[in-house]
Amino acid sequence: MSAGLPADQSVGTRRGTPVLEPGYTYGSVTEKISAIVLTRPTTRGWWLGFGVSFLMVMMLFYTISYLIAVGVGIWGINIPVGWGFAIVNFVWWIGIGHAGTLISAILLLLNQKWRTSINRFAEAMTLFAVACAGLFPLLHAGRPWYAYWMFPYPSTMGIWPQFRSPLVWDVFAVSTYFTVSLMFWFVGLIPDFATLRDRATSRARQKTYGMLAMGWRGSARHWHRYQSAYLLLAGLATPLVVSVHTVVSLDFAVAIVPGWHTTIFPPYFVAGAIYSGFAMVLTLAIPLRAIYKLEDFITMRHLENMAKVMLATGLIVGYGYIVEFFMAWYGGNTYEIFLSLNRLAGPYRLFYWALIACNIIAPQFLWFRRVRTSVLALFVMSIIVNIGMWLERFVIVVVSLHRDFMPSAWGMYSPRIWDWTMFAGTIGLFLALLFLFLRFLPVISITEMRELVAGTQSSDKK
Amino acid sequence: MQASTHTRGLPRIYGLMAEFDSTAQLVAAAERCRAAGFQYVNAYTPFPVEGLAEVLGFRRSNVPLLTLIGGILGGAGGYFMQYWMAAMDYPLNVGGRPLNSWPMFIPVTFEMTVLGAAIFAVLGMLALNKLPMPHHPVFNAPRFALASNDRFFLCIEARDPKFDRVATEKFLESLNAHDVNEVEN
Repeated sequence: MSAGLPADQSVGTRRGTPVLEPGYTYGSVTEKISAIVLTRPTTRGWWLGFGVSFLMVMMLFYTISYLIAVGVGIWGINIPVGWGFAIVNFVWWIGIGHAGTLISAILLLLNQKWRTSINRFAEAMTLFAVACAGLFPLLHAGRPWYAYWMFPYPSTMGIWPQFRSPLVWDVFAVSTYFTVSLMFWFVGLIPDFATLRDRATSRARQKTYGMLAMGWRGSARHWHRYQSAYLLLAGLATPLVVSVHTVVSLDFAVAIVPGWHTTIFPPYFVAGAIYSGFAMVLTLAIPLRAIYKLEDFITMRHLENMAKVMLATGLIVGYGYIVEFFMAWYGGNTYEIFLSLNRLAGPYRLFYWALIACNIIAPQFLWFRRVRTSVLALFVMSIIVNIGMWLERFVIVVVSLHRDFMPSAWGMYSPRIWDWTMFAGTIGLFLALLFLFLRFLPVISITEMRELVAGTQSSDKK
Repeated sequence: MQASTHTRGLPRIYGLMAEFDSTAQLVAAAERCRAAGFQYVNAYTPFPVEGLAEVLGFRRSNVPLLTLIGGILGGAGGYFMQYWMAAMDYPLNVGGRPLNSWPMFIPVTFEMTVLGAAIFAVLGMLALNKLPMPHHPVFNAPRFALASNDRFFLCIEARDPKFDRVATEKFLESLNAHDVNEVEN
């Protein structure tokens, strides 16, 4: 069609950085994205990456087996710090997942065209992160083979879950979140499965993608219903994603532990979730676009916008920290005041100051356009924020628990080797799933890229 | 006209498929088909084309209604599940709170509303589209694989009362179609 479109016709051009580099046609975006799955050979780099993450998954399985055989005592948890790494990692992972839903649902409703080339893998990231998150409370429950007790099923014991407890809300919130995210992702993939089915050359692939596409043929009537369902799912996922981290924060806020019992928790957790999620999207997107040569699709505009979202949510998180201190002082509660001082100067002060450096001070560099447009700086920044948000959860969980009301009940917590293998193992699981996703599914929505091309061309030529 | 051939079993052909290069040509052709009085016309495109379904006479989708029903069922079901379990089947006094402590039942009610609505939206969309359907006559059309790539197709189906194998083909060719092919049933 029209090669060499003038840049000013590109969708959403601002300051000369388009969301899609000009010159692409329906055919060329289809070709470029599907080739990653269909014709690109499985490289040594992929095998190396998948191999290393697979070994980490094996380490995870080993840890889980040992945990089930011996019990949660293999972790560093004890009274008073009963929550430890398991809950820190749970909140960290589930927070990471939130950016995927934000990008795919909220930015869709806000008609932000720059979401198009990043939504697919951000949604995949959500699913894999929620899968990793779900492992922790499950195994932390101690006897994971009784996990089904958390669901309301008519048991011979004749009792039901306690619906007045946030921990039960959490079961419903996280399982709903996973189900809805999976459906949203799958619905988005259906037309792309059809593309892969029609372009695949091997019989096995035609059959597999064909089954997944369920006979999608792009009928105008089908598209009409499809769009309506997709938009409704986006509308449903938007309050859902807010509710999930709200419920996660209520796990803490409903308890009376100093440092947990605050009303700022829900908004502050949601902002933190989006903050860490965007950091993770950047951590993944930057190597991805370089390896698969997707710089024309995931442009600097995308990276810069994500950096801006990080800066904004980072400031909200910073506001949350300030309010926590203000409320401790203004509320005049002895224990809350002690907790604040214990964070600043207690035995875990290094973690707290590292958290402030990572989450509050480092992102201030994002005010500068030179930092926001430097790929390397953004990558480093995203890693720093990921670490910072992990530290935040560590401070919330461990520092609040280790010294609560009675000095006689105080204690210290330190993770053991099995805490670390479990955490590293879930990172391996996340990466292994991501490598499989890159190899077998289109990493960018082909359909939506075609729509973007259609929007780019003021009129179809040829 | 052709009705007599339809009486036994499936007609030999499903319809005539015309191929177009652009959305603008396709929408224009679809408008002409409707203006010419064809009723069973469908278009196949690699991405949703704004306004195309309306041009083809498809007014509204029932997906939003189904989603609403799913949401209501999920929400009401979710609340009454908790009410029945906590206040009727196994009443448990927790700190003297009312058995039907409704504010505490809201989070699960909300999650169940979203879950019900989302499941109905997805399954409703698939059911109304009659998917999964792995085999369909349009896949027999030559070059139809491009309908998931960069070409736009318009099909006038043989069951249309105005359908005539020869005249309809001429009509489609007059719409600037790039290619007109018979689709076997």
